[in-house]
Amino acid sequence: MELLGFSLPSYGWSTIFGSTISGVFLGSIYALVAVGLTLIYGVLHIINFAHGALLMLAMYAVYFLWNILGIDPYLAMLIVVPGGFAFGYGLQRFIIGKASHGKDEITLLVTLGVAIVIENMALFFFSATERSVRVPYDLDGIDLGVTYAVYPELAALVGSFLITLALWAFMTRTDTGKAIRAVSKERQGAQLVGINVDHIFAVTFGIGVACVAAAASLLVPTYAVHPQIGSLFVLIAFTVVVLGGMGSFVGALVGGFLIGVTEQLGRLYLGESLGVITISVIFIFVLLFRPTGLFGVKAG
Amino acid sequence: MSERARLSGWTIILLTLALLPLYLHSARWIDFLEMTLFVAVLGQGWNILGGYGGQYSFGNALLFGTGAYIQALLQFKFGISPWIAMWFAIAGVVAVGAMVGFLSFRYGLRGSYFALITLAFAEAFLVLSRSLKSITEGGSGVQLALNQDPAQAIATFQFNFAGPFLKEYGFYYTIFTILLVTYAITWWMERSRFGAQLVAVRENEDAALALGINTFKVKLGAICLSSAITASCGVYYVQKFLFIEPGIAFGPSKSVEALFAPIIGGLGTVVGPLLGSVFIHGVGEATKMTIGQALGGRPGVDLILFGTILILVLAFLPRGLVGLVEAVWKRLSGGRDA
Amino acid sequence: MLEVQGINKSFGGLHAVSDASLFVPAGKVVSLIGPNGAGKTTLFALISGFLRPDSGTVIFDGTDITGKAPHLICQMGLVRTFQVVKPFASLTVRENIAVGAHTRIADRKAALAKADGVALLVGMDAMLEQSAGDLTIAGRKRLELARALATEPKLLLLDEVMAGLNATEIAELVPVIRTIRDTGVTILLIEHVMQAVMSLSDYTYVLNQGVMIAEGEPKTVTSSPDVIEAYLGHGAAERLAKMEARDA
Repeated sequence: MELLGFSLPSYGWSTIFGSTISGVFLGSIYALVAVGLTLIYGVLHIINFAHGALLMLAMYAVYFLWNILGIDPYLAMLIVVPGGFAFGYGLQRFIIGKASHGKDEITLLVTLGVAIVIENMALFFFSATERSVRVPYDLDGIDLGVTYAVYPELAALVGSFLITLALWAFMTRTDTGKAIRAVSKERQGAQLVGINVDHIFAVTFGIGVACVAAAASLLVPTYAVHPQIGSLFVLIAFTVVVLGGMGSFVGALVGGFLIGVTEQLGRLYLGESLGVITISVIFIFVLLFRPTGLFGVKAG
Repeated sequence: MSERARLSGWTIILLTLALLPLYLHSARWIDFLEMTLFVAVLGQGWNILGGYGGQYSFGNALLFGTGAYIQALLQFKFGISPWIAMWFAIAGVVAVGAMVGFLSFRYGLRGSYFALITLAFAEAFLVLSRSLKSITEGGSGVQLALNQDPAQAIATFQFNFAGPFLKEYGFYYTIFTILLVTYAITWWMERSRFGAQLVAVRENEDAALALGINTFKVKLGAICLSSAITASCGVYYVQKFLFIEPGIAFGPSKSVEALFAPIIGGLGTVVGPLLGSVFIHGVGEATKMTIGQALGGRPGVDLILFGTILILVLAFLPRGLVGLVEAVWKRLSGGRDA
Repeated sequence: MLEVQGINKSFGGLHAVSDASLFVPAGKVVSLIGPNGAGKTTLFALISGFLRPDSGTVIFDGTDITGKAPHLICQMGLVRTFQVVKPFASLTVRENIAVGAHTRIADRKAALAKADGVALLVGMDAMLEQSAGDLTIAGRKRLELARALATEPKLLLLDEVMAGLNATEIAELVPVIRTIRDTGVTILLIEHVMQAVMSLSDYTYVLNQGVMIAEGEPKTVTSSPDVIEAYLGHGAAERLAKMEARDA
């Protein structure tokens, strides 16, 4: 990669289109990771630095369910999603909520502490070895002409839409969802009408972790599991959430696709290693010039 | 605690730090002390902006790494003396810090948003240092030539082949000197108008503005001071290890190390980062010595401990270990000297 | 000392302040009253630089300060307090006041000494070592005043320093404000406590729904029918007059 005065390589349309398509698939994975993060931000107004670590933990759970019990990663969702909810609920209710004394900046640090503990526990117990799940169908797929899409990629794409849709339905159609929205809009008011805010916070956090657990199931067939896998996604997930507008599900979905496509095109034009800089650059620009993101209403 | 009690406390601490290695006379323990003081300085760099100014950076690796790379590259590419390179390193890091501060504070980023943008800049520099091979040597890093001539030890700022005293204690007293200077600056800052205004900005930015404080300038000043201190850690690191690579320089571990010590020790206090660093490294070392055998030298134990201590301190000691020490002191002195 | 001319500010479609003007002569205490939501605090924010007016000018001490940054306006000698007090909670009372003093004094020791003097003036000399976070509401209001005073202002904008205080505390604070005026500081205050408005101010402005509806001597203004209606609703002045007639 030359530095200054380099000229952009020129590609045919099919190459560009192919990169865009693979960007969409990559983006669906980013959206999957980001949707739980944006939910937590929208309600608790905290940036959950432990999100990546929780993703990693869920991926290990999926891996071991397959490795030890032979459960298919997609089927494992039935176990890790409720498990993720319970874990997230407990984590928020008994650790993060208690330790942060209701102060946003302390919460930030507590989630960072949680992330460090989880990541290093994984390192301690599971070592840095990469572990991957090979499902029998992981190389089968559909030829899209410009690119070949394997079933795990298609599953992630469909999954990202379904999870966003399910969250949206939950938030608008159920009583718990309505209570969550009430808390996110008017914390004190919700308390006054008898909503248990601590419980709602924990439920929200639980749902956020459940989302990340679902994402883990969809990721494991394509990504090897190791203790650092979470931190690989976490900064991207922050970017997606900020770009989409903190707290917006649609924003997370659209933001995910935008980032995925940008990254792939960045790799195509700037090279494998420098290509990812596009993510940091977008992140910095959005934070500075449009902190409310594309679909956000109000900055926190 | 009265000013006199503080001064006596500092005299004891600094005398201990000055004499302890001579007494211990063990390479292992001196390494341990060097690491502890290194993190204490790194932590003070974070503490200036985070502890006193209330702006929590999650990307101080940006400052550390930039300093380390300038120090390494000026020697590696241009053969510039390390003693001259260090000033370029400090100035370069201050420029980078000022740029990040200018953008963040001009556009009013606070709290989580400031944390995120510092993280983003560190990440951007990580990618750049890996990709721009023609400048940074890419992912393999920069390895400086080892000086084997004892006569050149001081000129090359390398003590591996120096005389017996420098060989054993050179880097310890280097980091000790850096600590002395940076802590003296912090001590002075705490007792200056700038320090008072910085704390006012942390406590309430609107009130600070209303009272005539140029909050933008004060925060910018703090990030510059923070940068200079953190840069000195980068310089020290390169001279000690003669090596730097993207992950060490700009990876998240230095950003995290920088905030552990001051938060655990006590935010916005001069002694906090030192106390925090001594505590976490002490606990880490004690763990290794007691149950290290049983753990079989597996990685991750240190950080599990540090992370747990961080959460516990946040939960139970809002003012960190300093708060605890002051409470004990108050009780011992019968509440006379609060 | 202060001249506000035809100032306007709207948020979205809402006119918070419409074409408001007021004049504060040097050495006087002028009050600004009006019902809740009248735009008084917005007007203060416009004068002190926290908000930029859509149109209109603010002239302080002969200089146009419209749209200048708050810290510059403070350095010129115009300082405001906040209705919702904003103490530097983890600092002591002395350190809080010293922050204000530092606006004019670079030296730390001198600023702390100045803080002691100001504390004495507002009757906080016994609380110097107390943490600001531990103060009562009355204490915090006083601290807000003391901090502002320590910046050595020519003009002091007080936003409801009496709100939330009991009768005794109000009675204690009124002479403090009078003393401040006697030292040569001009004062513009927003106040709901009528007792304070009447006994302190030389001149009064009434703001209602962003518009200045009356001005004059406090006594005359507060008995004007427009003002009573603004506070108590349409037709109130008439009913009040009838009641008074019946009582007499």
